[in-house]
Parts: sequence; structure tokens; C-alpha cells
Amino acid sequence: MKELHDSPAGKDGSLKNSLVVPMQRRMFFRYAGATAAATTLLFATSCDEDDDVMPPTDPMAVDLGSGDTGILNYAYALEQLEAAFYNEVVAKSLSMFNQSEQQIMQDLKGHEAIHRDFLQAALGSSAIPDLEVDFSSVNFNDKNSILTTARTFEDLGVAAYNGAGKFLENAGFLTLAGKIVSVEARHAAVIRDLISNGTFSDSADDNGLDPAMMPADVLAAASAFITTKISANNLPK
Amino acid sequence: MNIFRIIEDIEKVDSEVYNRLDSRRNAFKNLGTFGKKATLAAIPLALGSIFQKAYGQSNGMILEVLNFALKLEYLERNFYTQALAADGLIADGAARTAIQTIQMHEAAHVDLLIATIQSLNATPISEPTFNFGKNFPDWNTNYQTFLTLAQAFEDTGVRAYKGQAANLISNDAVLTAALQIHSVEARHAAHIRRMRSNPAWIISAGESSNVPAGAQPVYAGEDNLSQGSVNDITTLGGGYSAEIATAAFDEPLTKEQVVEIVSLFE
Repeated sequence: MKELHDSPAGKDGSLKNSLVVPMQRRMFFRYAGATAAATTLLFATSCDEDDDVMPPTDPMAVDLGSGDTGILNYAYALEQLEAAFYNEVVAKSLSMFNQSEQQIMQDLKGHEAIHRDFLQAALGSSAIPDLEVDFSSVNFNDKNSILTTARTFEDLGVAAYNGAGKFLENAGFLTLAGKIVSVEARHAAVIRDLISNGTFSDSADDNGLDPAMMPADVLAAASAFITTKISANNLPK
Repeated sequence: MNIFRIIEDIEKVDSEVYNRLDSRRNAFKNLGTFGKKATLAAIPLALGSIFQKAYGQSNGMILEVLNFALKLEYLERNFYTQALAADGLIADGAARTAIQTIQMHEAAHVDLLIATIQSLNATPISEPTFNFGKNFPDWNTNYQTFLTLAQAFEDTGVRAYKGQAANLISNDAVLTAALQIHSVEARHAAHIRRMRSNPAWIISAGESSNVPAGAQPVYAGEDNLSQGSVNDITTLGGGYSAEIATAAFDEPLTKEQVVEIVSLFE
């Protein structure tokens, strides 16, 4: 968090205070929380030795960092991927779509790009560098290939934000993530309907819940499209 | 596990921790002997219970949010159940299938919230009486009115859950479930909006949402361009239109704003 507060995102004094206070509250609520939290503490303590023998991070990998900074960088990485994808779609494939679909692709390109730029600004000097992407598995001359890739990215984005929310210590960041994830869910619904109308929320389980995925699983799924090596070793667990 | 370190840590952010725990001093005294007698694994149970009591208010807030969410889900379930039963309102085919899918999810959300509240040893609110015809008398005879209300309920639901996320920050399990419902509501909203030939996302404060003036509170504040520490997100990168900038971020509603919207149907 230190880096983040020193970054441009933390320059506004009032904002900084309003964001820091809930974060601190959360810290003790975690301690104060239910039995599960206390159990985790014990578990963490007993695992200290394991931590010491963890393999060192690949020196070539981009490290997302720890704490809220790490989670925001994780989101930033996914938004970079999505923005790069729709940039390609609009540049190469727009003519394959009808007029209303073209508007959708233009909107998706804009939304993902502004998500990316916003997260970069929020992270300031803590932001990871630009990632190198690899869309060689996508056929940009095939509408179906584009839409199924888009569905993968949008559903993955929703599941990623849903799973990462609990790791955020700062209530302000949690609300910001909430503002973004529901737009990703709207994207996912539209893309699904373009593939097969009526499948907008077929991602949900019998409880009516969308998936929530852990960073390691999300990054493993995204790694096929990202050339840059990413280390999530320091993310909250 | 060092209990004193934990309390020291808490003290850094809550100087009153010792006062809060004071009434439980006996519990702490007893903890020493408890620790010697009990197995190591049982200690967290005792600690959890002490802190739970000292900071019990957080559970109160979580229950308040859960019951608030339950009321919204009751409303949605009731609305779609009645609509599906209304003769000739929703045509067979894609429209009916979509509304059935949504109704099924809202019913599942009701069940899940009730079970969650009960698991926290509290009592879920019972289903209120709703009056959808109070301000929209043709809601169950006019398909367009029905869809307009459906859109308003889904977009309100998205904004309501978003507004409560921060209040759930102390309970990871409940927060995650709420987020998992939240994104499903957003998927519903996107589909309903497109059934009405609207964009799936909310551009500015309701201009793109095609709702009557009375429903404008559903979209209040959606024209916000200030996010986090960035005063005007249209200035980011190479610059963005207000349409892109407002649609890319869904805004929260406060509980009070949501209560006002719901009161139109009670």
C-alpha cells in the first residue's frame, strides 16, 4: 500500500484519508472476524517454514506485487489484455459485423481501454509495464473465433474480479472494482447473446451465482494470450 | 500464534481495543489455562468467539445488508413470477425463455440469501407485499411497460449490490457471494436492455435507457466522470468520449436511494 499512497492516486489528501480509514478498519475486522479468520492466522503461522522454502520468483517475470497494489495490477493486466484484443478486432475485423455489432465492438474497445488507462493512473509508479500479448490462436477473419475469444475474456474478467474482491483491503478500491466488474458482466452477456441468444447468464450455477476464480487459475487461463511472464507469487492468498 | 501481537496490531488501528475487550477480561484470563488444557487447534475457536463478541456490530451490518438484498430479490422474484403467469403478457419463444431464466436466478438468490441469514443465526425478513400497479397500472398487460420495469429493477439491483459491497468487506464469504449475484444481475440487465433495443450499458444518467421521468432516480449519478483520484476520466490516455467514460463504470446507489425506488412499488 505504501507505494500506492505515494503514487498520483494518493495525492488527493481527502481521498487518501477516506480510502485509508476503511482499509485500516478492514485490517482489524479480519482479525476480529469469525472463527475462520482466526483459523487462518494459525494456519499462516504454522506455514511460515513453508514460505521460507518457496521457489524464488523468476527474475524475468513481471511481478504484480502484494496487497491491494498486487490486486490492482492483476486487474490492470487483464484489462490490458482485453483492450489489446478489441483494438485488434476493430482494426482488422469490423467489416465482418453488422452495424449494431460494430457499435458494440467499438464500445467494448473504448470501455476496456479506459479501464486499462484508469487502473494505470490509479497505480501510478506501482503499475506493471505494458504486457506483450499473443493472439496468434485467434482467427480475425472468422467471426466465431473472435466472439468465442471475447466470451473467454469477458467471462474470465467477471470471474477474476468476483474472486479478487475479498483480497482488497481498501473499501474504496472494492467499490471501484465493483463499478468495473458489472460492466464486464454486461459485455459478457452481450457477447454470449451474439453467439447464441438467450445464453447471457448461463455462466451462473444453480444458486444463481457467477463464477469467482482465484488469480492463479485466471492467470493460467490468460497465459495462452500473454507472452510476458507474470508472477502472482506475492498476491494476497 | 501470538495473541498479544494480534491485539497490538489491532491497537494500531483501534485505540479502544482494550476498552472493547475489557468486559471480556475474564475470558482472556481464562485463555491461558484454556490454552494449556485444550488442543492447539481449539484456540482459534476461543479467539474467534472473543473478537466476534467485541466487534459484534460488524455482523449486524452484514445481516442488515443481507436482509436488504433479500427484499430486492423478493421484489424481483415476485415481479417475474407474476409476469410469467399474466395471460398473454410475455410471448412464447426467446422472450419467455429469457424471463424464465431470470426468474429462476432471482428465486435462487432468494433461497441463498435466506439460507445465508439463517446460517448467521438470524431471521430473514418475510416477503413484503408489492404493488407493481401502484404507479404503473398496465405493468402486467402492456409488454413494454413490463420490460421497462424489468430493466429498472435489474439496473437498480446492480447498483444496490455495488453500493453495499464495502459494508461486507469484513466477511469474505458473504462479500464473494454478493459479488457473484451482482454480476448475474448485470447480465440480466444487459439482456433486458437489449430486448428494449437499448445499449446493454448505461450511458450517462439515463439518456440511453429510455425510461419515463418517474424512473430517472434509477439512473441518478450514472453520468459521473470522476473515479478514484482521477477527476475526469475522459482525459485519460488519448482522451475518451463521455459516452464511453460513463458506460465503462456502473455507479453504486445508496441504500436510501434504493429504498426510495422500491417504495414506488410498495
